[in-house]
Amino acid sequence: MKNMGIIFKRELAGYFATPLAYVFIVIFLVMSGIFTFDMGGFYVRGQADLMPFFSFHPWLYLFMIPAIAMGLWADERKSGTIELLMTLPVTLSDAVLGKFLAAWALSGVALLLTFPIWITVNYLGDPDNGVIVAAYLGSWLMAGGFLAIGSCMSAMTRNSVIAFILTVAICFVFVASGTEIILNALRWAPQILIDAVAALSFLTHFDSISKGVLDLRDILFFVIFIGSWLFASAIVIEIKKAN
Amino acid sequence: MIEISHLTKTFDGFTAIDDLSFTVEEGEVLGFLGPNGAGKSTTMKIITGFLGASSGSVTVHGHDIATDPLAVKSLIGYLPEGAPSYPDMTVMEFLEFIAAVRGFSGEEKKRRIAKVVREVELGEVCHKTIDTLSKGFKRRVGLAQAIIHDPKVLILDEPTDGLDPNQKHQVRQLIRDLARDRIVVISTHILEEVSAVCTRAIIIAAGRIVADGTPKELEARSHLFGAVSIQLTQDFDLAAALEGVEEVADIEPSDEERRRFIIIPVPGKQIFSKVLDRVQSEHWPVAEFHLVEGLLEHFFRSVTSQGAASQPGTSRGARASRQSANQQQG
Ligand SMILES: Nc1ncnc2c1ncn2[C@@H]1O[C@H](COP(=O)(O)OP(=O)(O)OP(=O)(O)O)[C@@H](O)[C@H]1O
Ligand SMILES: [Mg+2]
Repeated sequence: MKNMGIIFKRELAGYFATPLAYVFIVIFLVMSGIFTFDMGGFYVRGQADLMPFFSFHPWLYLFMIPAIAMGLWADERKSGTIELLMTLPVTLSDAVLGKFLAAWALSGVALLLTFPIWITVNYLGDPDNGVIVAAYLGSWLMAGGFLAIGSCMSAMTRNSVIAFILTVAICFVFVASGTEIILNALRWAPQILIDAVAALSFLTHFDSISKGVLDLRDILFFVIFIGSWLFASAIVIEIKKAN
Repeated sequence: MIEISHLTKTFDGFTAIDDLSFTVEEGEVLGFLGPNGAGKSTTMKIITGFLGASSGSVTVHGHDIATDPLAVKSLIGYLPEGAPSYPDMTVMEFLEFIAAVRGFSGEEKKRRIAKVVREVELGEVCHKTIDTLSKGFKRRVGLAQAIIHDPKVLILDEPTDGLDPNQKHQVRQLIRDLARDRIVVISTHILEEVSAVCTRAIIIAAGRIVADGTPKELEARSHLFGAVSIQLTQDFDLAAALEGVEEVADIEPSDEERRRFIIIPVPGKQIFSKVLDRVQSEHWPVAEFHLVEGLLEHFFRSVTSQGAASQPGTSRGARASRQSANQQQG
């Protein structure tokens, strides 16, 4: 546990020692602004809420999160530091969790820095701030889901570009499976299958959280989802070691 | 004690290590030698728990690396091949990270870092990013992190590669100092280093042990052991001049210099003083006369080069060589 904290700190400091963290945060903020105020019709809707802001998050994350996840393990493998890390007295779970949490914290920082948008909407109207808090939480959980997939993909290869592409592809599946297009295309299938596909989608769970409905099941979905992909990351690393 | 028993490692059907067994005791400095691709680094990676073995076992002080990896990893200090370290950190940040993971904090951590910084002379680069360091300094950083916790077992993969002569000397001294009640395993391609610091050497080739002994013992197994190198100033019939010295088995022209010959003794015999007597009493035209050096290298080559198995040492007939020595002069 203590070592997890040490790894977490090193990783987080690593993001800020390079331009990566700053580039990520700036791009994230700029994109959020464009999506919300310009494309999201923030003013046109005439409603005091952050729906346009949050509804773009899955699509924003689809490209942004894999960019921070891709290096998690691939870079360590490429530079050989994985040999250093894995021969230190740290457990595999310390390493997997410490790295994941650092990346998750970075995405959390980026998310928190969107607070001017929140202030704006409070200035312009009288939004339900409880819903907004729930949506922020949901968005962060979703970012964790994307990151956990990215962790696993990054563990598979020493090439971070490949890790990026794989992560985008898999994340896309988990986002798109909740869209009308996919669900309509599945109309021929038994209802139970459609429900299962929808239930695995980020969109389904994120939508309900961001409407302010903090259902334990939606939160559990993300927690279990993250846990499973991190577990898969550990297994991949273990398999690579034996190979 | 490190106990390696029937260790085998295959990569996709390619056997990198083939049924390797040996033990290393406290106080030993083991030089791990072998040609490129022999499996030295792979063996070290398995001992340190970075790679899993395909079969066989490794225990360090009674802890099996497969079942109790944390205990083994806490005992070992390891410098991986190429001395990888996090490029974006400064030397200080990096050492602090390693010290923290090794369980040190506060004053103790500071003291340990200061000590290794002194020992491998990192003072001037402490606050530089590792990325910007020269190769030799990167290697020193790697060494520093390996010894920061005073490990009971030190495993160093080519520790002096890329170091300047002063640092090489320093690191060898460091290894000798560390060795007292510890186990040190180093791999190296610099064979003088083995004679200088190792109490034992294991030579592997294609994943198998081909020789194991003290550096002196291995030198003695070279066919050039006790051989004399002689540099002549003018053409001279060496074979005729050595007629009647029974201890001489062979005379080989050196492939490095003209008019240099290697006089090889019958195994177990001394020829140095006998030949020297003749040189002096018969006034041979000699510029240089000394025992052949670099015996470990000769031995290494003879056991690891192609076809080494079928031809251990070159023992051409004495007569044939004497003739070839004659021809060279003609
Ligand atoms: N991950 C891997 N996948 C496939 N083959 C490997 C892998 N790692 C090592 N090998 C092979 O195993 C053999 C032993 O490699 P190793 O690195 O142990 O050699 P070495 O003795 O350290 O050589 P050098 O003196 O060049 O450092 C080589 O033939 C190498 O190509
Ligand atoms: Mg090697």
